[in-house]
Amino acid sequence: MAIEIEKPSVGLSKVAVSETHGEDSPYFAGWKAYDENPYNESSNPSGVIQMGLAENQVSFDLLEKYLEEHSEASSWGKGAPGFRENALFQDYHGLKSFRQAMANFMEQIRGGRARFDPDRIVLTAGATAANELLTFILADPGDALLVPTPYYPGFDRDLRWRTGVKIVPIHCDSSNNFQVTPEAMEAAYRCAESMNLKVRGILITNPSNPLGATIQRTVLEQILDFATNKNIHLVSDEIYSGSTFSSSEFISIAEVLETRGYKDSERVHIVYSLSKDLGLPGFRVGTIYSYNDKVVTTARRMSSFTLISSQTQHLLACMLSNKEFSENYIKTNRERLTRRYDMIINGLKTAGIECLKGNAGLFCWMNLSPLLEEPTRESELALWKVILNEVRLNISPGSSCHCSEPGWFRVCFANMSEQTLEVALKRIHKLMEQRRRRN
Amino acid sequence: MRLIVPLQSVVQGRGGLIFGSLIPCALFYFLQLYLKRHRSHNPQSSPPSPTLSSPKLAELTRTSSRSNLFSRGSNGQVRISSRAISIAKPNDSPYYIGLEKASEDPFDRFGNPDGVIQLGLSENRLCFDLIEKWILENLKDSMMGSDDGDLNINGIATYQPFDGTLELKLAMAGFMSHIMGGAVSFEPSQMVLTAGATPAIETLCFCLADQGNAFLVPTPYYPGFDRDVKFRTGVELIPVHCRSTDNFTLSITALDQAFNQTRKHGTKIRGILLSNPANPVGNLLSREMLHAILDFAREKNIHIISDEIFAGSIYGDEEFVSMAEVLDSEGFDKDRVHIVYGLSKDLSLPGFRVGVIYSFNENVLAAARKLTRFSSVSAPTQRILVSMLSDTRFIEEYIKTTKRRVRNMYDLFVAGLKKLNIRCADSSAGLYCWADMSKLISSYSEKGELELWDKLLNVGKINVTPGSACHCIEPGWFRCCFTTIVEEDIPVVMERIQKAVKSTTILSNSS
Repeated sequence: MAIEIEKPSVGLSKVAVSETHGEDSPYFAGWKAYDENPYNESSNPSGVIQMGLAENQVSFDLLEKYLEEHSEASSWGKGAPGFRENALFQDYHGLKSFRQAMANFMEQIRGGRARFDPDRIVLTAGATAANELLTFILADPGDALLVPTPYYPGFDRDLRWRTGVKIVPIHCDSSNNFQVTPEAMEAAYRCAESMNLKVRGILITNPSNPLGATIQRTVLEQILDFATNKNIHLVSDEIYSGSTFSSSEFISIAEVLETRGYKDSERVHIVYSLSKDLGLPGFRVGTIYSYNDKVVTTARRMSSFTLISSQTQHLLACMLSNKEFSENYIKTNRERLTRRYDMIINGLKTAGIECLKGNAGLFCWMNLSPLLEEPTRESELALWKVILNEVRLNISPGSSCHCSEPGWFRVCFANMSEQTLEVALKRIHKLMEQRRRRN
Repeated sequence: MRLIVPLQSVVQGRGGLIFGSLIPCALFYFLQLYLKRHRSHNPQSSPPSPTLSSPKLAELTRTSSRSNLFSRGSNGQVRISSRAISIAKPNDSPYYIGLEKASEDPFDRFGNPDGVIQLGLSENRLCFDLIEKWILENLKDSMMGSDDGDLNINGIATYQPFDGTLELKLAMAGFMSHIMGGAVSFEPSQMVLTAGATPAIETLCFCLADQGNAFLVPTPYYPGFDRDVKFRTGVELIPVHCRSTDNFTLSITALDQAFNQTRKHGTKIRGILLSNPANPVGNLLSREMLHAILDFAREKNIHIISDEIFAGSIYGDEEFVSMAEVLDSEGFDKDRVHIVYGLSKDLSLPGFRVGVIYSFNENVLAAARKLTRFSSVSAPTQRILVSMLSDTRFIEEYIKTTKRRVRNMYDLFVAGLKKLNIRCADSSAGLYCWADMSKLISSYSEKGELELWDKLLNVGKINVTPGSACHCIEPGWFRCCFTTIVEEDIPVVMERIQKAVKSTTILSNSS
């Protein structure tokens, strides 16, 4: 065989080689450390405890109980006549029964204070896909979305990577508990304009990740007014809506629209998923709920790239339309999350650490700024490294969430047993004691 | 603003007159712009209602008046992206129109004997009984895990690797190898699983090409490629026409011509998109042809995407050779080859959404893996499939039976068409045949073809896919899928074809 002459290797696209996936940031680096040395109560008690993953594991038993008692959900009924239709079903409208069940579930979560039309629900394989899909639809490459900080690190990838859309942050700070203000929104809009970027929408997460707090009604109204004024879209990612500690504190943008008689609602789109509230991220179930017909039509067609397995739709349709199950689940899940939250907040308090007052989510927003050498991002990352490598806890530094104030950290508490949480709190106590002694 | 054009064209070529005419043109332009902007700001006096001008928007059923209150949305004045605007347009492709008509009024031998017979969807429904039986006997254990009867939702509820579990990759690797006659083995570490072959194709396009680049694709091709490749990536498809004289086999000369033409126009070609077995023709690429394509790709330094989704649907005697097999024997330069597969055709499970990207390029795999977060396979589905695919006895029986049944339907269907003097292209794979109805069309043109398609759909009440929807350069060819019906339906189909052909009316609602 002739000697092969070195030829230039075949090229890849800009998308493929770009760093926008963000997997080199500390947010993901911590995960690597965990993967290499994961905590295990018996076999590896000194390993890294994963507190950077917002996953809900507190209510698995409820799901298991349901599945055990309702085998028709995971099978297709006696004689499986439904199986054929199910296995062939790849219609991007999604199973009507599943959309109905999702609409009902979303209504239940909001205490019946908002209504959802199953025909406005578009199904996607996860909220990650839902957010990306909406971005494709609402903005062109080079356009911008405004997102309040601090925000979920995954947005940098989900909203920007393949879409070519930019994020312009709306800066929030602790002076008012990181709430969005009209001034901050205006400033962000002007900033985008000065960079010659066309702003196409504002994307909020309510309840907020990483803050772990719901957005107040007045603020929601201000955000909606701002969007209306600028004639842009409003995407409300309500993925944690079922993980609020009390049912009355969460106000959905749907409720605000209802009060306004759905005037100007065609700019509003809600994203939801079962990954957090139901603890089923592996199932890959997300939805877009849009009040805009064109967006619904387009999103449906685009969802061909991210359909939910019909088998999964069938299973969940059965489960979620069981009122007894869903009511009990929502209630019990809330109670358990509240319990966990109280446990971690009190534990941190006795260690001398303050957190933002939270009322939702699977995490708390912890203030370690008193521990920083200097109020800088570098100091925060240095502290983060210490916590990761010496205390062996993987928590998420505020800088990875684009927080403008250094020293804040997101700490997840629902992806582990209570015993593990105790161990984590003990380690934090130890760290704080060491620091006090040093001073 | 369209008024401007004729004015400008009048003044072109007359240098002195240009300046004298440009200024009024410019003023006119600005006047129109002013008017347009102000028109869109007029507040609407009545509540917005959904526009029903497009048939697709009429899909949204409003069942109760109560629901109108909270579901009242509108197109409104807020802008959507240019990408979205083109996607929102009503579907004017016969491929999609036919599919819709068939699903609205589906034929049922007993329940709806006058309904539309679906021959436009390449799905295999001949072997469901086998899968159903397996599911009934094995589902509970396989779904929930059989740890002494303890339900184990933990394993499937939590975050899984986005590109698929190792168990499923192993099972898929084994299945793919089996399907392809054991001639090649697949490495799980080179596999990325996606929610169907549709996102597999799109993901590869995102990885291999930038917006504005292009892929060469032999015609006729699967209509879905226009969506999968172009919708969101901004990548173009350049057709490489194949002709009936070669039984629609790809020629390197045609590839070369298309490549050079496109380059002259300033568009960069990043790769070739092949379907092997071919859809809609159903023929196979020979070993020699695969080598030739590989050489061509090497020479131009471009990628090859080989969509082998019908690899397990071989009914003829010809041997299927995967691109992977050819690469094995070559031993080098595998970086440019990427294979797409899925379970929608061979295992009749399109609803479960399972697709595969198989690549020899580590960089492509790394990027594709990260992109699967947008289209992962659902965990409970992964679990069932691991069980099913690992049941080798079942899989063997299934593959054997499918082959036999598909072959049987193919023989009967093609014979039926032959009796009507309709011949089919030579094919040995797929779930369809490629029928030449050019003698039955009134004019040898796309118009004539679409007139026949319309008659077949609206008079004959059968949905077949016209060649123009597949970008075929010769009019009169139609793809007929025969695995969505049963033997008894074949005479009915033939009768209806005759009825449609004989009818002379052209319906007014033909699009």
